[in-house]
This record gives sequence, structure tokens and C-alpha cells, in this order.
Amino acid sequence: MIGFRLNGKAVTVQVGPLQRLSEVLRENLGARGTKVGCDAGDCGACTVLVDGRSVCACLTPVAQVSGCDVDTVEGEGEALTRLRAAFLRHGAAQCGICTPGMLMAAVELLARAPRPSEPEVEAALAGVLCRCTGYRKIIAAVRDAWRVVEVPAASGAVGQAIARIDGAAKVAGDLFGADVVPAGAMSVIAVRSPHAHAGFAFGDVAAWLAGRGVVFTAQDIPGRNAFGVIPAFADQPAIADGVAKFRGECVALVAFEPGVAPDLTGFPVEWMPLPALATLDDAEAVGAALVQPHRPGNRLIEGRVKKGDVRAALAGSAHVVAGTMTTAFVEHAYIEPEAGVAWMDGDVLCIRASTQAPVMDRDEVAGILALPTGRVRILPCAVGGGFGSKLDVSVQPLLGLVTLKTGRACRMVYGRGESMTSTTKRHPAEMQGRIGCDANGLITGVEFAGRFNTGAYSSWGPTVANRVPVHVTGPYFTPTISARARAVHTHGPVSGAFRGFGVPQAALWQETLYDRLADKVGLDRLEFRLRNALRDGQVSATGQVMQSVGIADCLQALRPHWLRALSEVQPGRGVGIASCWYGCGNTALPNPSTIRIGLRQDGQLVLHQGATDIGQGSNTVIAQIAAQALGVSVAAFELVGPDTALTPDAGKTSASRQTFVSGRAAMAAGLAMKAALQRTGYGAIDTSALPLDRFGYVLSVEETYDPPVQPLDADGQGSPYAVYGYGAQMVELAVDRDLGTVRLLKITAAHDVGRAVNPMLVEGQIEGGVAMGIGMALMEEYLPGRTENLHDYLIPTVGDVPPIESLIIEVPDADGPFGAKGLGEHVLIPTAPAILNAIRHATGAEIDRVPALPHRVLAALKAVPHG
Amino acid sequence: MTAYARPALLSDALALRAAGARVLSGGTDVYPLGVPQGNVLDLTAVAGLRGITVGDGLRIGAATTWSDLAVANLPEAVAGLQMAARMVGGRQVQNAGTIGGNVCNASPAADGVPPLLVLEAEVELASLRGIRRVALAAFVLGPRRVDLAADEVLVAVHIPQRALAGQSVFLKLGARAHLVISIASVAVRMVSVGGLVTDIAIAVGACSAVPQRLVAVEQALLGQPLMGLAGRVQAGDVAGAIAPIDDVRATAGYRMEAAVELVKRAVAL
Repeated sequence: MIGFRLNGKAVTVQVGPLQRLSEVLRENLGARGTKVGCDAGDCGACTVLVDGRSVCACLTPVAQVSGCDVDTVEGEGEALTRLRAAFLRHGAAQCGICTPGMLMAAVELLARAPRPSEPEVEAALAGVLCRCTGYRKIIAAVRDAWRVVEVPAASGAVGQAIARIDGAAKVAGDLFGADVVPAGAMSVIAVRSPHAHAGFAFGDVAAWLAGRGVVFTAQDIPGRNAFGVIPAFADQPAIADGVAKFRGECVALVAFEPGVAPDLTGFPVEWMPLPALATLDDAEAVGAALVQPHRPGNRLIEGRVKKGDVRAALAGSAHVVAGTMTTAFVEHAYIEPEAGVAWMDGDVLCIRASTQAPVMDRDEVAGILALPTGRVRILPCAVGGGFGSKLDVSVQPLLGLVTLKTGRACRMVYGRGESMTSTTKRHPAEMQGRIGCDANGLITGVEFAGRFNTGAYSSWGPTVANRVPVHVTGPYFTPTISARARAVHTHGPVSGAFRGFGVPQAALWQETLYDRLADKVGLDRLEFRLRNALRDGQVSATGQVMQSVGIADCLQALRPHWLRALSEVQPGRGVGIASCWYGCGNTALPNPSTIRIGLRQDGQLVLHQGATDIGQGSNTVIAQIAAQALGVSVAAFELVGPDTALTPDAGKTSASRQTFVSGRAAMAAGLAMKAALQRTGYGAIDTSALPLDRFGYVLSVEETYDPPVQPLDADGQGSPYAVYGYGAQMVELAVDRDLGTVRLLKITAAHDVGRAVNPMLVEGQIEGGVAMGIGMALMEEYLPGRTENLHDYLIPTVGDVPPIESLIIEVPDADGPFGAKGLGEHVLIPTAPAILNAIRHATGAEIDRVPALPHRVLAALKAVPHG
Repeated sequence: MTAYARPALLSDALALRAAGARVLSGGTDVYPLGVPQGNVLDLTAVAGLRGITVGDGLRIGAATTWSDLAVANLPEAVAGLQMAARMVGGRQVQNAGTIGGNVCNASPAADGVPPLLVLEAEVELASLRGIRRVALAAFVLGPRRVDLAADEVLVAVHIPQRALAGQSVFLKLGARAHLVISIASVAVRMVSVGGLVTDIAIAVGACSAVPQRLVAVEQALLGQPLMGLAGRVQAGDVAGAIAPIDDVRATAGYRMEAAVELVKRAVAL
């Protein structure tokens, strides 16, 4: 028996003395506000205070806190209360998974430094990783937490920077995938391949199991053992059948009885390693074995955009630059590993899990388990970061299989290594090509070829291959183009969706080449971009007539900052710039969202919005839009969040589409409800006795919006997106010429969001995207078998993100709700190329491979011709 | 079956150790590998193992945490060790991780070891058989290997009085600002009189199987003027003492260059 005081109250637990404090708090004491992100002390999500000192609860044997005071986010302390308010006020919590750890680390700090300096805050928070916010708002909140501020009630009208409406839960320790457990749930663990490519066979599983639970293999799957976000390409088995095609692939499941230690030690599986195609060269070698037998040359797909005669255009150009760019696998590294639970409700299989795409999950699970979709219900939990990876199913079909077959509730929680090895990555890219311009610096043509390592299965490979050629010009008028991007299978990790779908990789190529081109012409690099910036009425490379183009506005907004920075440059310092554009929503495909608003008998308005908020703020933004359209304050709504049984399909949270697409549907629903209330007068009379419609309301409206797009023809010509967003960022940095290290000084980011529905959330997206771009540029490289944890795989810490100045540009779009455009992905795209351009400006070093680790920067510095 | 003990007396701890128990302290290197199994001896409650004693030299109890060290009032010669104390992991790891654990874990990149090498540290090893002292440089044998008998406990790190002279510094190079395993690290302790170097110790971490003293560099700098000292560091002297490898963090060649550069910077501070 171990006793301690938990948030001031005496508790005792009967547990093993060496159990992790984090596990005892969560599983024995039910205090699941403390989160687990790595079980290795790498992420700090489990930070608690022991006798006032912050520790990682995952590294702390519970016996060591015997007799101690343990304080967690469930506490009520005065400093914690002030910190919570400051986090809400500053928008310092996005997804909320790191928030408990951040808050507790900050409580320790405030006890010794009530009004801390920025360096003090940095040192105190250095042990807690955040993947959403870019840390700047967290720093601001901690520094401001000494104050008690009365926040006046706000209507939440479009344009108001209100605190996120789900914020109170975030700062209290929200309920993520691992945080709700049905009674009696079996504990599910996957057996995963340690090899990139291997056959396997099972031994005497029943003898090994000895009644401790149930084993499932591919043979137990009743439906189609192939999933994939694009149905025509679906090829990934939920459980591999005979051959594993990447390291980390699931080959069997064990569902352990409650109370049995879930331990796979000695699981009887024999591995027969097979030759693995590790690289793109391996996969495209003549005679290479096929990863997917029906895809010759290991080619999944090739996307292309072709217009005019680019070769002739380049031949006739005053200046032409050629270059290559190579990028790495990048891990999403959300702090919440995949987790969820399943149970039966009558004959409906219910799955509560961490997801970005509840309706797609429902359809995938139904297909794998041979159930009608009406028998599967997906209840998304709070999502502790997604960034694209949680668009693909992970635990969902595995939980569903166990519960469907056993009739019993079950739970599955990935460890950090399992999350990193088994889920998708950003596509590594090898890109090459040429860009030309005339003597005045006007772009004449872009010739591009890229190949993208899509791993063993298709996932979002087709989307990446199609998006890259469309975007590879950048937001510049480009009269001729030939751009090809092919997705190639290897036995690597499955590459899927990751914030930007290939566009961040392509932007590294094009934006670094544009700098060289500007130098050749003798133009200032910003002025070169401005001269070529797309304008309203010009056609894009796909032949789309562009409207509401905000790139020139972004560049003009940066200009005074650019001139100031250039005037301040000292030796060893540099300034870089890069632009972005990004089409919001699916590429040339239907992409509808539906929003429902109901009026209850008691007069309460209810907003059903099925868009999953993965931290970006759609819960708040969509409510603000609906409220504005309906003419009420946000507080007038009761909110029903995503649940396939309760909310109409608002599509997936991807492609920067929720503010635009679901927002338009919400705007339409708000307007429709306003009209219906005016028509019926129900807003002003007693409705308690009125009859109910099929949704249980006296009045309800449902509105759907599907962006108007045109398919692309064989040359990639058409109008693939209804709305594009634009941005440009400027980086100031210093390079250590002898060590090759880079110190970022400031980033200034101008983004055209059409209309900033909530400026604080816009800034939060910008800062978080910039941080992710910093990681991509300078440190992130996933190597299977080598960087499968958060101390070998590095993401930016609080000390790696410099001050960020956001310039919010509003060039309204006729299709966007109140003019709004998407933003979530745009904000990441310019950062990495702007960093490389600033390094080149500082030193002359041309870097053609990211991450620009110190040894690569130093090598590039040495390659700079002298004189 | 796991047996766990957290004794208050060193004698009890040594008896448990003699019976084959595995040692646990702050847990920051143990728990990332999994919850420990078997017989475990938790040292964190043993009297006298935590804290710093100033007398003839310095005695740092093995269970002294990095955050204890960081805020202790210590001679300037220990400043490098205190700098390292603020760079080991984040605050949470500094609050739990101990100096004894850092030494016994014997990572080639252990941030505590180079500063201790320049302080000519010795480790005090206790067992029921008695106590012995071993120079740190001899104690750390290789990656994850130390000269610790199965019945011994590292109880303290000693800094001899003679090594408490002068000033020291610690430089750490990684690919991000915090929470980073060093690509290379350098500690220097230097004594100068009248602008001349009268004593100097230099150690490099993460560039060989065990952090190394750079004896050739030290000899070359001894007696030299402080002014322009960095320029007297010969790359070949550094290279002769270390054997860096390629890994996910950097190439061997880069490590070699970085080590030379960091040594130059450290001796100039």
C-alpha cells in the first residue's frame, strides 16, 4: 500500500512499487488529466509536481512519492487557476494534449518566479514538447499569468478573437483517446513486424496465450482486408496476411483479459525476412520486385500539369536556373499517440478514437468488418494533434474487430514507438528541374520532375502526386509548365497526408530556385516575387482564372519588414523570403460538408457540427460563422460535436477545408435557420408544445456546401479548387560558420486568410505552422529503426522558435464564408524555404537537402566558392 | 517476481546490493527502457547520498540531482558542471536525474562526464567488502560499461581540492535548443596567473566511446598566454584523443571539426 497526497487529498493505492506514477494516477486513481506521450521523459506531457518540483510521472516509480504531495492538472491551486485563465486568454492551448504538462511546469516556475522573464519561462518549459502552438502563445500566457484579468463577454461575431469555446476542457485536462475506458475492457496489443519486408508464420498461439485472452489474425477479418483513404487505391490490410511490407506493420492482435498484464513476450511468430526495397532507386531499378503486384515499376501514380512548350520557353529565356532538392520522411509527432475504445450498443459497434475523419473511419471499419455503415458509430474523442496522419485509420478497425468478434468492450493505446513506426509519414521527395525568366525577371516556364517515396501502401500518395504539379509554380504567373510527380512504392513507412500534401517539399525546390533566379536578373528577391505574383484575372498553370488573389498583398505587407531587416544585416546573418499558395479542399473532387441547426422545444438552439477539431479551432470558428449568419451570439448555441450518429457529415479535417467548406455550410445553415425563424416566428413564441421533426426539433435546418471545382484533364488543366489561400514569410537568422548551426532571430509571416474569423486562432495556426516548418528545415528526419522515439527524432522545443510577427491579410473570397479562406497548411509551406534562402543570403551556402543538420550546413558552407 | 526496497541506511542498501539487487535512483535512464523488473534497490532515500559537502575538496552525493547541483553555491571551478546541470534534459529530468546515475549509465554523450573529467573527479564505490575510490577516467570503461562490481554502489563523486582552482566552462552542441543528445560537448577548466595558463584540463564528450581528456592539447597550452590561446589549439592534438562515429545526429568528420572548434571556443572563454 502506497499513500500520498494527490492535489491535497490523501490517497492510497495497492500497486506495484515500481509502477510508473503516470500509470497509477491514470489507471488506478482515475486522474487522467495527466497525459502520456512517450513513457521515456522525452515529451513532458506527464509532468506533475512532487513536493513542488516538476517531474515526468512516466519516469517516476510510484513508491518514490510515498508520503509526498503530488499535484496534477486536476488541482485547484491559485497559480494553476491564473495560468488556466491566461492560457485561454492567449490562445495557448490548441489540441490540449501538452497543456497539462505545460501548466504544471509553469506552476513550478511561478512558485519561484512570480513574474518570470522570457529566458526563465524557456528554461522552465524546455522539457515539454508542443506540436501545435509554436510555443509563443504559451510563453506569453505564462509571463502574463501573474495578472487576474476580467475578460468581457463577447458575442463571438466573425472577426472577434474570442477564446476557443472548447478551451475550458483543454486547460482542465481534456479527454483524449486513452482517457475514457469502458468497464471490463479488454486490452488490445498489436504484434508488429520488426522487418521492412518479411514472411511470417505463427506457432502454437493457444498454448502461449494460456487463456489470457484472444488472438486475431488476418483470417479473422470478415470483410475486405484492405483499407485506404482513396477507395480506388485501397490496398493496406488491417492485419497483414502472410507478408509484412514495412517495419511496424500489424500482423496479429492480442486482446488480453482485464487484469492480465498485456505482455507479448514470447509470442510465437517466426519471421522470414525478405529483400526490402529501401530507396526510390531500389524501387525503380530495372527488374525490381514489386511491392504491390498490380503496380508495374512500383509506380502508384503520376500526376502532371502541362501547358505550352516549356522547353522552347526555357531555351529562349534570358536566365535559367536548374536545381535539385531532397527531403526526408517527416513524422507528425503529435503528442497524443493513437488510442481508442470500442463497445457494442445493441447491434451497433461504437468506436471512440482519435481521428480527423469520422465518416471515413465509419466506412473503412464497415468495409473491413463486413457491416452495413448503419451498424458502425464513430465518436471522435478530443484529438491530441493530427496534422494529416489521423486521416488514415489506425486503432479503429482493430478495436472494431475485437469487439465485434467478442461482443466485449476493448481498448487500444499505442506507445510512442508503435505510433511512429506504424502510422504515416510525410513523403520523402527527390525533385529536380529548371525555371526560367526573361530579362525583366518575368517567369517564362517551370520544368519539374519529382518522385515521392510513398512506402508500402497507397494512403494519400495519389493526392500528393496530384497536388504537387498543380502547386509547384508557387503563386506566380507561369506561362509554360511541364511538371510531373510520381509516387513510388518501397518497403518504407507508409507515406500519407501531412500538412501540405507534398506542397511543402515542392516549395523548397521552387522557392530556393527563385532566389537564384532573382540574383541572376539582379532583382531584389521580394521584388522578383512581387513582379511575378499572380493577379486577379490571370490564369494559373492549370488554366484556372484566378480571383481574390492575395499574394501581392502579402508581399507588400512584408516589404517594410524586409527593408528593415536587410538594412540591419550584419556579417553571418541573413534574411530569406518565400511564398506559398494552397488550394483548399480536395483536388478537383467533390468535397461536401453538411451542418445542422435545430431549435429545441425549450427554445435552445443546437449546432450540430461534425468537423473534428484537432486543435486548429474549427469548433470555435464554425460556431462563430453560424452565429454570425443567424444573428446571434456564439453563446446562444448548444454544441453537438462530431459523432456519426448525431452530426451530419462535415467531411474530414484536411486540406485546410473546414473553415472554408464546413464554414460555408454553417453560414448557409445559419441563414436558413434565421429565415425559418422569421417565417415561423418560433424565435418569439413558446415552442414547448410544438411537434418534433425527425431530428427531435421543433425546427431544424441542414445545409450542404460543396466547392465548385472542375476536373483536371490529362494535361492537368482545369479548376481544381474553388478557393486558394496565400502567404509569404520572412526569416531572419544567424549562421555559425564554423559549426554550421543556425540561430533563428525572427520570423515575419503574412497570410491572406480572406477574412480572419478569429484572429487569435489565425495567429495560433501561423505560429504552429512556422514551428513545424522550422523542424522540417533544420532537424526532422525519420529513419526507420533508428529514430523511432522523441529523443532521436527531434522536433522544435520552446527554445527553437523565435519571435513570430503575424501579418493577417484579408482579401475576401467570394466563395468563402464571409470571405474566409483556408489557412492550416499554408502556414507551414514558406517557412523551410525561407530558412534555406536566409542561410544562402547569410553565407552563400546552397542547401539542397533537408533537414539542414549542422553537418550538412557546414558541408554546404565549404562548397561555397571563395572570392 | 519484483522485489523493491528503498532503504534509509547505506548498510541496508549494500546488503541488498550484495544480494543482487539492481540499482535505481532518479529513474530517468531506467524507465525509458521499461518498468524495471527483478530485485530493485532504490537509492533515493538513503541518508547521506544526496547533497554536496565542502571540505577537503568537494563530495557530491551520488543521488544529488542536477537541479540541486545547478543552484548550489560552489567554487568557480565547478561552473562548467553547473552549466551541464542545466542542459541535461529538461527541468523534469534535472529534478529527478542524479549525478551518480549519469556516470553509471555511461553514455558516450553523458553531459556530466566531461565537466567531471576536468575536475579530476573520483568515484567512491561502496560494498559490504569496503570502500574504494577510482578515478572517473578509469571507472567509465566504454558505452554502458563501468568498473562497478555486482555488489557495489556508487555513493559519491569526489572533486579533489587541487582541481577546485580556476574557472571552468561547458559547451554543448546539438541540433536543437533543449532536450538534445549532444553531437559533441567540451568542458575546460583553467587556472591562469599573470595572463599565463598555469593549469588546464580539457575533455570532450560524444566523440568517442568514452568522454576523453585532451592531454596533448592541455600540454600544448600549458604556460601559454591567455591572449590568443584558441589559436594554439592544434586540430591534430584533438583528433589524436577522440574517435568519433557517424550516427543520426552527425557524421564522424563533422564531429571531429566541431570538437576542435568547441575546444577553441571553450579555452577562449
